[in-house]
Amino acid sequence: MPDLGKYGAEVLSAYGATILLLVVLIWATWSRSRKMRIALDAAEARKAENG
Amino acid sequence: MSIWEYANPRRFMGWTGRLVPVFAILAAACISVGIIWGYFFTPDDFRMGATVKIIYIHVPSATMAINAWGMMLITSLVWLIRRHHVSVLAAKAAAPIGLVMTLIALITGAIWGQPMWGTWWVWDPRLTSFLILFIFYLGYLALWQAIDNPDTAADLTSVLCLVGSVFALLSRYAVNFWNQGLHQGASLSLDKEEHVSDVFWQPLVLTLVGFVLLFIALVLIRTRTEIRARRLHALETRERMA
Repeated sequence: MPDLGKYGAEVLSAYGATILLLVVLIWATWSRSRKMRIALDAAEARKAENG
Repeated sequence: MSIWEYANPRRFMGWTGRLVPVFAILAAACISVGIIWGYFFTPDDFRMGATVKIIYIHVPSATMAINAWGMMLITSLVWLIRRHHVSVLAAKAAAPIGLVMTLIALITGAIWGQPMWGTWWVWDPRLTSFLILFIFYLGYLALWQAIDNPDTAADLTSVLCLVGSVFALLSRYAVNFWNQGLHQGASLSLDKEEHVSDVFWQPLVLTLVGFVLLFIALVLIRTRTEIRARRLHALETRERMA
């Protein structure tokens, strides 16, 4: 581990905030993509069934 | 074959489906290696101490915040000129990513500014134009949500994007225009002058490449989701009318 000296709190909080925001962005993107794919597949299946 | 055929929704879903995993894996690799290299294997700066390690997240996020708006500007212009639906959906898909990148740049900048400048925030040209860019991102997303008709929403958000481009440009060049304030000039530049020592520059460029690849991967995934949402909306409307 590098010695961050008196700036440890600043460096770690900057990295923490960035990682948190990126994880939320990636999770939200993946989650909405998955939900939409499932909903569209179901709608396409209904359409094929009903003609 | 015309380049525009790649933006045909069906064709777009095909080629992007193959490319997304490639971009995602490359992005993860570049960001991981760049951050580990920068965080663990570079020395402290003689003036800034260990806070220089914030550069590996602050500069790439700030660069992407501006470039995301640039990408939105181009795709919005394509919509206004050629009425290409995938184009404006790509702009809509990029906005939340640009918003998060701007937020990361503002937060990490404030955290970095406190020990270096003695203040979290100052109404400096670069910082102020970034805050306005952040508000433009919020406004752009709010406008999409506020209008039901998708084509009207696309028209109005595209015009808003043109207006906001002034602040995206200012965010990049504010320091050069006004030559005042606390924020330093660009860390990464195409001119030959050295702005950052090589020891910091190399992992920084690698992390920046990772952020660009991450942006492309996320834009492609979100654009695919928007295309699916439109198709789903059309199918559900047809079901209700039947």
